Amino acid sequence: MKLPTYLGLLEKSESTLAESFRQVARGHGHEPDVHFICQTLAAQCDDHQQALKPVLDRYGEAEVDDEPARLHADGLSETRSGPLGLLRDLQDLYLLASLVDITWTMVKQAGQGLRDKELLDVVAACDGQTTKQLKWLSTRMKQAATQALLIAK
Amino acid sequence: MVDRIAEIWGSRTPYAREERWPVRVDQVLAEGVQESEVQRWVQSACVLCSNGCGIDIAVKDGSMVGVRGRSMDIVNHGRLGPKGLFASWQGMNHKDRLTKPLIRENGVLVESDWDTAMERIVSRSRALLDEKGPLSHGFYTSGQLFLEEYYAQAIVGKAGIGTPHMDGNTRLCTATSAAAMKESFGSDGQPGSYVDIDECDAMFLFGHNMAETQTVLWMRVLDRLAGPDKPRIVCVDPRDTEVARHAEVHLPLRPGTNLALMHGLVRELFANRWIDEDYIAAHTMNVEELRATVEPWTPEAVAETCGVAAEDVRRAAEIFGTSDRVLSTVLQGFYQSSQATAASCAVNNMHLLRGMIGKPGCGILQMNGQPTAQNNRECGADGDLSGFRNWENPQHVQELADLWNVDAAIIPHWAPPTHAMQIFRYIEQGSMEFLWVSATNPAVSMPELPRIRDILASESLFLVVQDLYLTETAQYADVVLPAAGWGEKTGTFTNVNRTVHLSEQAVDPPGEARSDLDTFLDYSRRMGFTQLDGTPLLDWKGPEDAFTAWKECTRGRPCDYTGITYEKLRGGSGVPWPCNEDHPDGTVRLYRDGIFPTDPEYCETYGHDLLTGGTVGPETYKAMDPGGRAIFKTAPYHPAHETPDEDYPFRYTTGRTVYHFHTRTKTGRAPQLNDAAPAAWVEISVNDASDLGLGEGDIVRVESRRGHITAALRVGDIRDGTLFAPFHYGYWDQGGTPAQEHRAANELTITEWDPVSKQPVLKNAAVRIEKIADGTGPSLAPTTTASRPATHKPADSTSQTGRDSGESRVLPPGPGQQPAHGHGRRSSRRILPTAGGSAAQATETIAPVEPPAVATKEERA
Ligand code: SF4
Repeated sequence: MKLPTYLGLLEKSESTLAESFRQVARGHGHEPDVHFICQTLAAQCDDHQQALKPVLDRYGEAEVDDEPARLHADGLSETRSGPLGLLRDLQDLYLLASLVDITWTMVKQAGQGLRDKELLDVVAACDGQTTKQLKWLSTRMKQAATQALLIAK
Repeated sequence: MVDRIAEIWGSRTPYAREERWPVRVDQVLAEGVQESEVQRWVQSACVLCSNGCGIDIAVKDGSMVGVRGRSMDIVNHGRLGPKGLFASWQGMNHKDRLTKPLIRENGVLVESDWDTAMERIVSRSRALLDEKGPLSHGFYTSGQLFLEEYYAQAIVGKAGIGTPHMDGNTRLCTATSAAAMKESFGSDGQPGSYVDIDECDAMFLFGHNMAETQTVLWMRVLDRLAGPDKPRIVCVDPRDTEVARHAEVHLPLRPGTNLALMHGLVRELFANRWIDEDYIAAHTMNVEELRATVEPWTPEAVAETCGVAAEDVRRAAEIFGTSDRVLSTVLQGFYQSSQATAASCAVNNMHLLRGMIGKPGCGILQMNGQPTAQNNRECGADGDLSGFRNWENPQHVQELADLWNVDAAIIPHWAPPTHAMQIFRYIEQGSMEFLWVSATNPAVSMPELPRIRDILASESLFLVVQDLYLTETAQYADVVLPAAGWGEKTGTFTNVNRTVHLSEQAVDPPGEARSDLDTFLDYSRRMGFTQLDGTPLLDWKGPEDAFTAWKECTRGRPCDYTGITYEKLRGGSGVPWPCNEDHPDGTVRLYRDGIFPTDPEYCETYGHDLLTGGTVGPETYKAMDPGGRAIFKTAPYHPAHETPDEDYPFRYTTGRTVYHFHTRTKTGRAPQLNDAAPAAWVEISVNDASDLGLGEGDIVRVESRRGHITAALRVGDIRDGTLFAPFHYGYWDQGGTPAQEHRAANELTITEWDPVSKQPVLKNAAVRIEKIADGTGPSLAPTTTASRPATHKPADSTSQTGRDSGESRVLPPGPGQQPAHGHGRRSSRRILPTAGGSAAQATETIAPVEPPAVATKEERA
């Protein structure tokens, strides 16, 4: 069964996303909305990892060097500056959050096959928030893109 | 005669529930002018707050010499408040008025003429458009212009230039009102009516110091309170306001915790089944999400977070849950605090849960701050699409393109409009190089002023300022245009409860001052903006042409003006929209049938996630299929982003006083008002003053991470741990710059905004306070209002609210620091009561005439 590998991937991706939200919050203090909302969203990712704990315990550790584990994406190591830098950092967050989102979907598929109510409840509680994270990122990028790509210095 | 500085609300005319509010006509004339000498009375309405009182201007020898309230007007039934009485006309008549355009030459502003000034604007504007395109341009307007002017500006911005960078200072005062209504009901549009004050059994004032912000509306409440079967009042406000003093339950919560309290109130409605299941099933959606979100918020949890008594939360909820008719009003205490839209939507939710909307006495009044804020929102000078259209709906964009006969592609609709704070950010980053400011004063009213001043002073910025006076902001301008104002031009505007008034020209503007409408039309002409057929984009000759065009823009929209003409407004009362064939006399309340404008083809927005501001988007919204139902919108509570800590142990909040408006541009020039509140102050509680060894009148320095102010201290009845400063005071009467002493409340405020409404968080910051000098007398804060001297004795507020022991603010009092009694250390500093004396006398005629009523058929149906 490969579900433990995917659960591990999910936990790792949430943790990477949390750290990256924090990184962007720190790096873009002059954009107060980004600064504060990224902190809130990082805390959501922490909650998601907590919520996954009991399920992870139940299904156990994944085998080492299992192929899907290599799917994981690296987080942001540093933030960029300026309007275009903001746009690109948000876009990186979008990619990381997309990985989280689609991984929740995979895990949900497995949970349905297993009829694992606890797991499905965790998915229901968390995945909706990830979807909203993506919506916010896309809203904020759309707002910034025209100025950043056409006329920003 | 009544001293209307001392007696802010004047004489009482008590009345009972379901009666109409009696008429009382208030009048004031310039010293030495007899009523018989007034040559003309010219119809208008007051522009010194959002209430929109009907007013007649007295004219003698070509000058405004006084005012009286219009007895037949449904808004005020003849009454006026101190600002209307004293500032409306004296604020225009001042010698400081700008009479000629000014242009900057070698670093200084010098007098010029219109041609030179306009050519300077147009050449810069054209060069930037050619070189960088429309995103280099921004407009920052006001809540003070007339409808016709906003509509002209909206068309110039959207269809002439094509920039999304348009906003008004309405972002600071009323953006959350609009946002909350859009989220809950699908569109802007005030559900309730002032008539609901006559009909209600209970009134909830959420962060709304109505007694000071809309004095005439408060007179209506006071008259109900003085009559039989008076309404029960609940007040949510950290200060001991006049409203709080009349409240059965006062919830003086910690600033920044509104949403937690609202969750608690909503939870009580669920828990006690004070909800209307049938209404919820038929007319709303998302109730389960709401129920789940509020579940953790027991009265005890609210008490812990908000610092109010759990029992008071229960009592307040019980009043809401068991009264037959509840009217709620909401203002800046919610709009300018954290999680503004979510907290304001919670008020809508409470009414929807009980089905108390669209029925007599059951209204919601999501208030506005400024007199014409409503029109700014309707016309889209704030960046929204005109006529409450939805920027995400291509059909709506096309409708505007057809109306204006332009290519739809020029109308910015690829993203939400750029809000004010972001406009200033783009200037700071150098990508926006042209900003046109009309009738507002960001150099005093925006948050974090040291930063705003730097932005206004940017090398790269070309700044146009259009105003009555050389404001703090105008001093940074490259071109200053002298504006004609109230009484000097004709136009219409709309108040909080949708009532449209006509304001006629009474006198000539001073010197070469011109109406804002003429200026925008001139700019459009000189820029050569055209329609698709090559004819001028704006070919209006005057305001009535603009109004006619606007009516077409509103046809079939929630704010339908098609039944209104200047002629209809002349002579009688204002008329509340929608006014059309179906509602020829206007409309008292919206949503009587429980059908809301949420249909995807009709709605003004597809909504947002209230926690982050992420847009819901058309696909998700259509899949939700609201189909005319209202939507319960909510978000989990989170603490304010800046809370007290060891370095900055106090919570800081800002607000108005009754005697001033905005940055005192007019009120500071009315002697009666200026004398009543001549200087800034800072309020502190008795306990905190006592703990810190501070006394009334001491000169203190209050500091945040962003700046500091210096002012005299008022020891008052504010909640412990909280400091308050009025935001009106800037620098124009101190030489224009904060060179000597910082006193603008916004030196301290934080650059942060609500994720949905984008309204800045002006009412929550962390600060520290220290004494810098003994006072030479008491502070000059008014004694007639929330800023009155303390009546509590030290520690006597403990029993009511509990001290904020979780916040390490309190220094243990040293020996000998305990004051003898409640007025701080030097109680010997006698505080004189605020009064206006002979200069502030106004007549009040209680007229035995039938009170006015509009759309009577509907009202009585
Ligand atoms: S309540 Fe407002 S509109 Fe009415 S007179 Fe006072 S300031 Fe003017």
